[in-house]
Amino acid sequence: MNISLVLQMAADTFPDRVALTHKGVHFTYGQIHAAAMAAAARIVDSGTDYVSYLGESSPASVIALFGAAMAGRPFAPLNYRLTAPETNRLIERLAPVYLIADADKVPTVAGGAARVLLSGDDFLGLVAGGGPEEWDAPQDEEGVAVQLFTSGTTGEPKAALLRNQNLLGYVLGTVEFASAQEDEATLVSVPPYHIAGISAILSSIYAMRRIVQLPQFSPAEWLGQCSAQQVTNAFVVPTMLSRIIDHIDETGGHPDLGALRALAFGGGKMPLPVVERALTLFPHVAFANAYGLTETSSTIALLGPDDHREAHGHPDPLIARRLDSVGKPLPTVEVEIRDEDGKPLGPDQMGEVCVRGPQVSGEYQGRKLTDEDGWFPTRDAGFLDKDGFLFLAGRIDDVIVRGGENISPGEVEKILREHAAVQDVAVIGVPSVEWGETLAAAVVCKLGAAVSVDELKDLVRRKLRSSRVPEHVRFIDALPYNEMGKLLRRNVKAFFT
Amino acid sequence: MQIKAGTKLHSAVCDTDVMVIKGSGDVALTCGGRDMVTARSTAVGEPDAAFAGGTAMGKRYQNADGSVELLCIKPGKGTLAIDGVPLEVKAAKALPSSD
Repeated sequence: MNISLVLQMAADTFPDRVALTHKGVHFTYGQIHAAAMAAAARIVDSGTDYVSYLGESSPASVIALFGAAMAGRPFAPLNYRLTAPETNRLIERLAPVYLIADADKVPTVAGGAARVLLSGDDFLGLVAGGGPEEWDAPQDEEGVAVQLFTSGTTGEPKAALLRNQNLLGYVLGTVEFASAQEDEATLVSVPPYHIAGISAILSSIYAMRRIVQLPQFSPAEWLGQCSAQQVTNAFVVPTMLSRIIDHIDETGGHPDLGALRALAFGGGKMPLPVVERALTLFPHVAFANAYGLTETSSTIALLGPDDHREAHGHPDPLIARRLDSVGKPLPTVEVEIRDEDGKPLGPDQMGEVCVRGPQVSGEYQGRKLTDEDGWFPTRDAGFLDKDGFLFLAGRIDDVIVRGGENISPGEVEKILREHAAVQDVAVIGVPSVEWGETLAAAVVCKLGAAVSVDELKDLVRRKLRSSRVPEHVRFIDALPYNEMGKLLRRNVKAFFT
Repeated sequence: MQIKAGTKLHSAVCDTDVMVIKGSGDVALTCGGRDMVTARSTAVGEPDAAFAGGTAMGKRYQNADGSVELLCIKPGKGTLAIDGVPLEVKAAKALPSSD
């Protein structure tokens, strides 16, 4: 099997249907398929081992992904926000590489580092005319289809490997072929180097749902594209949804989201107040909360639209709290919660989330993390309730050990966020002579609002208990997030040293 | 013939191509009444009239106990069968899109 099957089936079935819209220009499934075959021929001729892409999402990123797959080379997209030295170190790791880069990035690539170096436009020009009429992609299920560099907190980025069978396992297990109606369009605002960007391309093309690319996210652009392209589906990371809601509130506008039917979010913890606000603001939209990791080829658990509406304001607290869960595992994925010794735990018991299934790779270059039975320890803490809903409690490595007691930052952050003056908050562990480690909270207040340190400490003491009360509280202007909305806890620690 | 997940098979009498999604071992798999083949050659003849219901692109076909599941990756005129028993179309799952 080969992930290019997804495109080939779509192009065989409805070659003239629009697959992709970029800056108002349409590309059909037939055009993308022909261009990918032309790209594959050039990649094979170049004698390179990898295909890489350094740029924003564009038709070239989609064609490069499938061209690489047809040529049997891993597609290794790079984060265009890295510095030039960081980028060049990664390019060296891919040598000999066929590199397609945004025009302004081309001069930043070290001379001779890439065997082939083309701008996105030049690449499109080369392959748009077509090439071979047929192409036999290598049927190598063990072959690496996509290699993603994950942002390591220390040292050089690790290369996560996703094989054809992982990615195709995900798509075939979750999407029905050509199930989208011709008027459906999905707005893709995640970058091509992120797993959500890869899965968006594969899932949308297999469903035959038109992709509308938004290369640079801004709330105004996002809302504008929703209206102009009559977008029916979208995926956003939590910060994007927060910013969209803030933008609507600030401008007092009534955006045209009439076509929008489904909004999925993931890639990080969505604060409950944001979900609740979104449910009220967009009553006609079906919400889905997706939990997944790079190493699991995207989504492994899903809180669907019916679960959202049922839990929203439900009188039974055990059902209402599901709004804060990531739903149930996909039918093709098994989830088990394990303690520190690897022993499976029962309902409501907190431990490490472990997963197994065809889409789970759990593999880095030179290092496979799955056990002999195929289970991948995610390093995420969480529990399953008695009905199988999965609740997450942050990264295990972020757990604060205060006087021998394990404290998850999430439980304290959730309480602090309930205060009317609190806009955002991060709780971390800092060294303490007395406790080994103690809690520190970095708090961002809402514009014009204020709250005292004692008031916040009291709130935690009342709602939780004294061991959860942050010993240090510091007010700051903004928390450090990466471009995908992931909180950089190591940078928060710097506020307290 | 020997099959395993990922194996691509072709009909000998029509355009049908399938990929094995589930199943392994020795299976008497036919399309249009003739054994399927692993290497495509020019289709000759016509499907047996008793096995000419056709296959549909992107549909999944499975046997009664669900031990074998095939994905149609190219449609044709023949009917898929194991041991002479036609395979059935597996009902579509209704999972909300998450990407």
